[in-house]
Amino acid sequence: MHTGTSRYVGLLYVAPALAFVLVFTAYPLVQMVWMSLHNWSLIAAKKYVGAGNFIKAWNDPQFWMSLEFTLKYTALITPILMILGYLIALLTVENRPLRQFTRGVVFAPVVIGLGASSLLWYWLFSYDFGLINRILMDIGLIAKPVVWFGADADLSMWAVIVSIVWKVVGFGTILFVAAIHAVPSEIGEAAMVDGASYWQRVRLITLPLTAKTILLVTLVSVIGSLLAFDQFYIMTAGQPRNMTATSVFLIYLNSFPYLKLGYGAALSLILAGIILVCTMLQMLLSRRSHA
Amino acid sequence: MSASSGAAMTRAYAPETAGPRLAASLLKGRLKYLISAACVALSTIMLLPLVASVLASLKSTQEAAAVPPTYFPHALSLDSYERLWNYQAGLPTYFSNSFGAALLTILFCLVLTVPAGYGLAKFRIAGKEMLFVFLLLGLIVPYQALLTPLFFLFVQLNLHNSLVGLAIVHTAIQLPFSIYVMRNAFEAVPRELEEAAIMDGCNSFQVLTQICLPAVVPAMITVSLFAFITSWNELLAALVIMNKDSSFTLPLILAAARQQTSIGGTDWGMLQAGITISIIPCMAFYLLLQKYYMAGFLNGAVK
Repeated sequence: MHTGTSRYVGLLYVAPALAFVLVFTAYPLVQMVWMSLHNWSLIAAKKYVGAGNFIKAWNDPQFWMSLEFTLKYTALITPILMILGYLIALLTVENRPLRQFTRGVVFAPVVIGLGASSLLWYWLFSYDFGLINRILMDIGLIAKPVVWFGADADLSMWAVIVSIVWKVVGFGTILFVAAIHAVPSEIGEAAMVDGASYWQRVRLITLPLTAKTILLVTLVSVIGSLLAFDQFYIMTAGQPRNMTATSVFLIYLNSFPYLKLGYGAALSLILAGIILVCTMLQMLLSRRSHA
Repeated sequence: MSASSGAAMTRAYAPETAGPRLAASLLKGRLKYLISAACVALSTIMLLPLVASVLASLKSTQEAAAVPPTYFPHALSLDSYERLWNYQAGLPTYFSNSFGAALLTILFCLVLTVPAGYGLAKFRIAGKEMLFVFLLLGLIVPYQALLTPLFFLFVQLNLHNSLVGLAIVHTAIQLPFSIYVMRNAFEAVPRELEEAAIMDGCNSFQVLTQICLPAVVPAMITVSLFAFITSWNELLAALVIMNKDSSFTLPLILAAARQQTSIGGTDWGMLQAGITISIIPCMAFYLLLQKYYMAGFLNGAVK
């Protein structure tokens, strides 16, 4: 482009990034496959076990429990995030001061850390020190404090879901608002003149014309939920009885405190495969939206 | 499309009766208040947890441990911040670890992706599409799944327990987004400018530093801002790579403090102080650089 001799010059500029990806992403990926075929720890000599780690996962009740819990968490939180995010987008879509302010406030928790927000909500949900039990008792909804993070895994999960909805609902809202703004306003005005009610216009015009964004945000959200870790590490610590240990949590437990690196790598590979399906869908969709 | 909207347009001029119009405008007025009320309620709900945390961090030691908790501090006190300041290796250590990792992440991201974006946008490279997809490998394989081999690699390279090691993982997380943003920024630089510079005898490096770089400063701010927020907040990789108390980052020491139960139980006041301290830089940078944040967010968040 610059001159005829610049055929390799371009590559020179890309080379550092290329080397970085090779060493710190591609090589670990290959290493992960290799590790998953071995009994691998930091101390003892590694031993080739073939598909042994995968068979072990198949027969490991904790593997299935973690996978099932992660899928259940994803299946429950995704529709809540999408519907609530879209409703808030519809509420605040017009560029007026109060609505723009509300949009900004709803988005604010997205930029703070998941660790910090999880700690914050762990405190709010605390049995004796938390404000949520205090408020619920003051308005008479409950007679005595609720043990949110106790023996009931479902209750713990719902408490985590509340905290994550607070934390990330603004993510979808902002993208939905941008998508709704991109819908030509004449279409909505024309439908209004035709006598279509607000909800008819939302259903027949806004939703279909923002469908691609909804799908993309859904996929991003699904991937995020499938990779959930921080919120459970901090709020439930996987308890009770590792029932709220997500897939990433299980990888963490096996690889690091237990140092079963081979088994951890096998679990990682399985998770990477599941995520790959979602990512492929996402790339297909966003590629088509560029065309 | 054009036919149907054309039909709608003709109907727009159809006479309307006054009755429904009046009712509609009344309803619209009421609706406006309803929407405003909903906005105020929503903003309040979203802000309450943050306000509650900041208020709780300012309670005295006894009040922070009160059962049931008080809504508002009876008296303001910096006790919690003082305990946080002296906790374990001390807040200055953890704060500078977090800041150091974040600054290194920004540095690595810029050093790698500014030239890469330039190369990808402005040069003919054989198999460029493939190369680009390969550079985005981090999007396809989540870093959570790569931590096991990365941990092993870092032990071999002696990069565990080091800020450089942690920053490398954080850079790997941010690299696909950063490359995407930088490439788009360089593509938007008008070709005429470069051609004029080449005519004047500039080589490609001079074109980068003198012509293109000033034009992509906003993109560099976007890349830096996202790198900072990711690194500052990241927990899992830090948990894996940093296992010495003195090398902990802020999220790590807070998570550890939550699990540490002494005779008095968890020190809630100190945790609130820690949460407040770790939220402030993110919020400050986000509010100051909102324009750059939104530019990156809307272009890169779901691509």
